[in-house]
Amino acid sequence: MTVTQQAPAVEIDKVAVRFRGKKREVLALEDVTVDVRPGEFVSIVGPSGCGKSTLLKLVSGLLKPSAGAVRLLGGSVDGPRHDVGFVFQRAALLEWRTARRNILLQAEMRGMPEREAAQRAGELIEMTGLTGFEDALPHELSGGMQQRVALCRALLHRPPVLLMDEPFGALDALTREQMNVELHRIWRETGTTVLLVTHSIAEAVYLSNRVVVMTPRPGTIAEVIDVDLADERDYAATMSLPGFATATGRVRELLGAAGGHE
Amino acid sequence: MVETAVRTAARPVARERLVALAERSWRPFALLAAGYAIWWAVTQFGLVAAYKLPSPGATFQAIWNEVGYFAHHTWVTTFETLLGFAVALVLGVLAAVVMVTSAEIEKTLYPLLLFAQVVPKVAIAPLFVVWLGFGLTPRVVVAVLIAFFPVVVSMVTGLKSVDPEMLQLASTMGASKVKTFVKIRFPASLPHLFSGLKVAVTLAVTGAVVGEFVGGNEGLGSVILQANGNLDTPMLFAGLVVLSLLGVVLFVAVEFAEQLLMPWHASRRGETVTVTY
Ligand SMILES: Nc1ncnc2c1ncn2[C@@H]1O[C@H](COP(=O)(O)OP(=O)(O)OP(=O)(O)O)[C@@H](O)[C@H]1O
Ligand SMILES: [Mg+2]
Repeated sequence: MTVTQQAPAVEIDKVAVRFRGKKREVLALEDVTVDVRPGEFVSIVGPSGCGKSTLLKLVSGLLKPSAGAVRLLGGSVDGPRHDVGFVFQRAALLEWRTARRNILLQAEMRGMPEREAAQRAGELIEMTGLTGFEDALPHELSGGMQQRVALCRALLHRPPVLLMDEPFGALDALTREQMNVELHRIWRETGTTVLLVTHSIAEAVYLSNRVVVMTPRPGTIAEVIDVDLADERDYAATMSLPGFATATGRVRELLGAAGGHE
Repeated sequence: MVETAVRTAARPVARERLVALAERSWRPFALLAAGYAIWWAVTQFGLVAAYKLPSPGATFQAIWNEVGYFAHHTWVTTFETLLGFAVALVLGVLAAVVMVTSAEIEKTLYPLLLFAQVVPKVAIAPLFVVWLGFGLTPRVVVAVLIAFFPVVVSMVTGLKSVDPEMLQLASTMGASKVKTFVKIRFPASLPHLFSGLKVAVTLAVTGAVVGEFVGGNEGLGSVILQANGNLDTPMLFAGLVVLSLLGVVLFVAVEFAEQLLMPWHASRRGETVTVTY
């Protein structure tokens, strides 16, 4: 391959995923092609059950495509990848570990130096507003707090690619806004490539360079929308920019046409 | 400040736990007291002949008269039970681990296990005496055999019930199989294991007694057998009382270990039971 431009961080090439159950067969994804540039922020929106979670699992190598190919950071994906941070749709915390120790699981599994990991965990806890709950067990945390713990865990090792599956779904509106601003700042500072699944159109547009809109099952790509906004984005100010209105309007239109529930 | 508040709310101190335990367990004690009262009344008013049912007084007198004798035999049975339970625990957990690592091994071992379980232990116990002599060994072997099954079954269930997404997460962390087992699979299976252990420990007592019935002249089983031979019902009942107590104590000990090892589980379970209006 000749080096023309920067190679994409994520390449999803004509991918299809078919689940074979005992009773039914589900075609979850069909002919999905997406490229994500290094350092790009891409959101995925689409009706429930259209294969958004499936797509993220493909990228991280947790799931094998039935057809097509996936490449991540220049290497083909053929098994679980370690160079990602993953926030699952459900927080997936270990119920016997405190919030801090759940975050540190990442470090323990990777054999990161303890000192460095502890310091990083402290920073992330403060940043996500979990201070005071470091020693609480998951069942003592609210759903939103659990999600924030999962987010900290995914960020601990400073992954080059961050995959997030509705990470803010359980948050109240105000905390969600704060987390959006925080995530935007992290993305700006670290240059991480981010793939975010969300049901909030505003969240998708505010955070992203591009928004991928999907059709109902079998999930295909309806359209990829370029968000015409500067990288530096103030939350309140962005909401009133024409670029924001254009993009959200287009996403809403597509989802409506696709017969989604949004 | 916030932190301490969270901690005290989450993990009650020992004294509070004790109070909670008392609140939870007064009912069975009340029932026990009622049973005792009935037993006393039935014998006191001569409703049943004394040689068939000794009075509670006579029963406890029998224990009191032979405290040293009972202490010795209780110790023997306890030792056999604990040894059998420990061996069953180790072997059962190992077998379960091996079985969940390979479906092939599981398919091979499960029928064998089931077969070993359905063979009546009481019926084959005499065989162990023939093979292993009159010593401690055959009795411990019976206890192991009888306690093994619930350990394996509960541990296999536990290891299989781990949230698959948790395992997926571990694989994105590049975790080795061993690390994943130690940090995720094993702790996640403990609640299941303990429910099996509670069954296993009481069965181990039964196993030890069965072993004592068929071989040897030591342990509470042989005390009961001897008393029966002598038509000494107070002694027989004394043996039964001590044996039941032993079972209860061991069961409570396992429950205590469960609370100690898994405070997260106990507290969560407590919450789902008590609905606060
Ligand atoms: N392990 C599986 N086995 C069988 N079918 C599956 C499996 N995982 C997902 N599916 C099916 O694939 C389709 C897509 O699922 P997926 O979880 O990716 O949807 P989603 O877009 O994330 O939905 P939501 O917005 O509700 O989270 C669904 O129809 C689902 O039933
Ligand atoms: Mg999903």
